[in-house]
Amino acid sequence: MIELKGLSKSFGKKTVVEDVTLKIHAGAITSFIGPNGAGKSTLLSMVSRLLDADTGEVLLDQSDVKKMKSDAFSKRVAILKQANHLNVRLTVRELVSFGRYPYSKGRLNEEDHKFVDKALAYLNLTDMQDKFLDELSGGQKQRAFISMVIAQDTEYILLDEPLNNLDMKHSVQIMKILRKLVDELGKTVVIVLHDINFASVYSDRIVALKDGRLVKDGPTNEIINSESLREVYDMHIPVQVQDGCRICVYFNSNN
Amino acid sequence: MRKNSTKLIILSVIALICMLLFAFYDIKGGFGYAFPKRLERLFAMVITGTAIAYATVAFQTVTHNRLLTPSVMGIDSMYNIVQTIIYFALGSSSIFVVSRYLNFGVSIVAMVLFAVILYRFLFRADKYPIFLLLLAGMIIGTLLGSLVTFMQVIIDPVEYESLQARLFASFMNVKTELLFISAGIVTLAFLYGTRILHKLDVMSLGREHAINLGINYDKMVLRILILSSILIAVSTALVGPITFLGLIVSNLAYQYFATYKHSVLIVGASLISIIALVGGQFLVLHVFNLTTTISVIINFIGGLYFIYLLLKESRKTA
Ligand SMILES: Nc1ncnc2c1ncn2[C@@H]1O[C@H](COP(=O)(O)OP(=O)(O)OP(=O)(O)O)[C@@H](O)[C@H]1O
Ligand SMILES: [Mg+2]
Repeated sequence: MIELKGLSKSFGKKTVVEDVTLKIHAGAITSFIGPNGAGKSTLLSMVSRLLDADTGEVLLDQSDVKKMKSDAFSKRVAILKQANHLNVRLTVRELVSFGRYPYSKGRLNEEDHKFVDKALAYLNLTDMQDKFLDELSGGQKQRAFISMVIAQDTEYILLDEPLNNLDMKHSVQIMKILRKLVDELGKTVVIVLHDINFASVYSDRIVALKDGRLVKDGPTNEIINSESLREVYDMHIPVQVQDGCRICVYFNSNN
Repeated sequence: MRKNSTKLIILSVIALICMLLFAFYDIKGGFGYAFPKRLERLFAMVITGTAIAYATVAFQTVTHNRLLTPSVMGIDSMYNIVQTIIYFALGSSSIFVVSRYLNFGVSIVAMVLFAVILYRFLFRADKYPIFLLLLAGMIIGTLLGSLVTFMQVIIDPVEYESLQARLFASFMNVKTELLFISAGIVTLAFLYGTRILHKLDVMSLGREHAINLGINYDKMVLRILILSSILIAVSTALVGPITFLGLIVSNLAYQYFATYKHSVLIVGASLISIIALVGGQFLVLHVFNLTTTISVIINFIGGLYFIYLLLKESRKTA
């Protein structure tokens, strides 16, 4: 389990994350939702050690992540950021192979190659594994990055808006893969989503942020309702039940 | 397209031919005198060639910028500055001048400090455009250069003479007394340097990916900067500054090998570097008959190449 205790972060005078305390339940998908600029990415960056918190701490199974060894941490927690730009020219397979670095230190053994093959297959990238990333479409590139994180084979997978650039079919496919990773392999997924319907249909828990503060944290059912969503987004969001799923129909909302 | 291993073999063969030519071509009379001299120079060129190649490629990887090199940012001119300051403040009879090793140590420490401060101010934020960095580098370089000239003007003429003798290093005037300590330092640096090649690969993906993959990023950046500065310091002390060599060989290696693997890039860049230095020096000796120097040629070609790369870059971002 990952625990966030009183995390705060300011950039200059602006406080972008303020005193956030929450638990990320193991073996579940937790979605982070909230308006643009709410602090979701910043929070995820602090959990994954990309950014130092000003105050507060992050505990992974009771130990402070800041004190953990870098390479031990990288075998347990993986993060994929919202925007990924590379200065080097890589093929899809080379990129995904980097996901094995915490184990292989650059020399891939047979097991590493197997993980890479599997991660490529998961995201339907096997056919284009030898293509260079700059020859791919935005969505294909995004899938290659997700594949790299999956090859890393960590207990915790943190994804910041991984559905960016993806069409409906691939979005669904990725959410199903994440579900499978959680249900079959016992992994824990934290995902930032703007499409609250994906959050509603696929996640076990939802964490909502607004202006840097935690405003909601609970099981999906308790949060996907018009009342709670108004608190988060300041707009009226009707919720309908369709085939057992709560679907938010906000397209015509007049606040 | 040839495989990279084949390309490396081709470059090795060319480098070897250059070295053999340099060592044996047209060696007349006094073999016993001329040959050891040539070997010494050859040795110096191999050391500086590989040192500059490694330092530049590693520096460019951690700064995520293929146009800047330690030399272009003025780190090698730090050597002259330190020497001048020592002469200016302490005089030629000071222990910092008399003891070669102490002098060398002080110069290296100063260059490393300069590199780290430069990095803290310029690269840390990762958001300044390259032209600003270049401008800053050149302004700092010019400022320090003027300061050095100023000190040299008001220094005692006798001291100045002795300072000049120390600063005037070149491939024709290798500081042979520094050859063995240089070789030792470079060997130690490479012992560490080859162990972190795979880390450089990961760091070239950028800070966030590197941290995600378990690199202690900020610590590694610092170590690599220190390593690069040491290598540049050694090569500057040995043969003087060759501003554009690193830039040429690193970019040729990126282009020729088109890989992210630093094991290939750095070995390739080193071979290109050796070919440029040894082959160039051979031409200077036997074709140009010493009417010019290798540094002049390399800086001329390198300067043109640099402008070409800058133009290419600005077209890309425009
Ligand atoms: N490096 C930075 N320097 C200054 N301000 C920053 C920095 N990073 C983020 N911010 C600010 O912090 C706030 C929160 O940013 P963050 O990226 O965490 O939001 P987010 O919830 O992920 O938004 P989005 O949904 O648009 O991705 C924003 O107002 C942003 O302007
Ligand atoms: Mg974000």
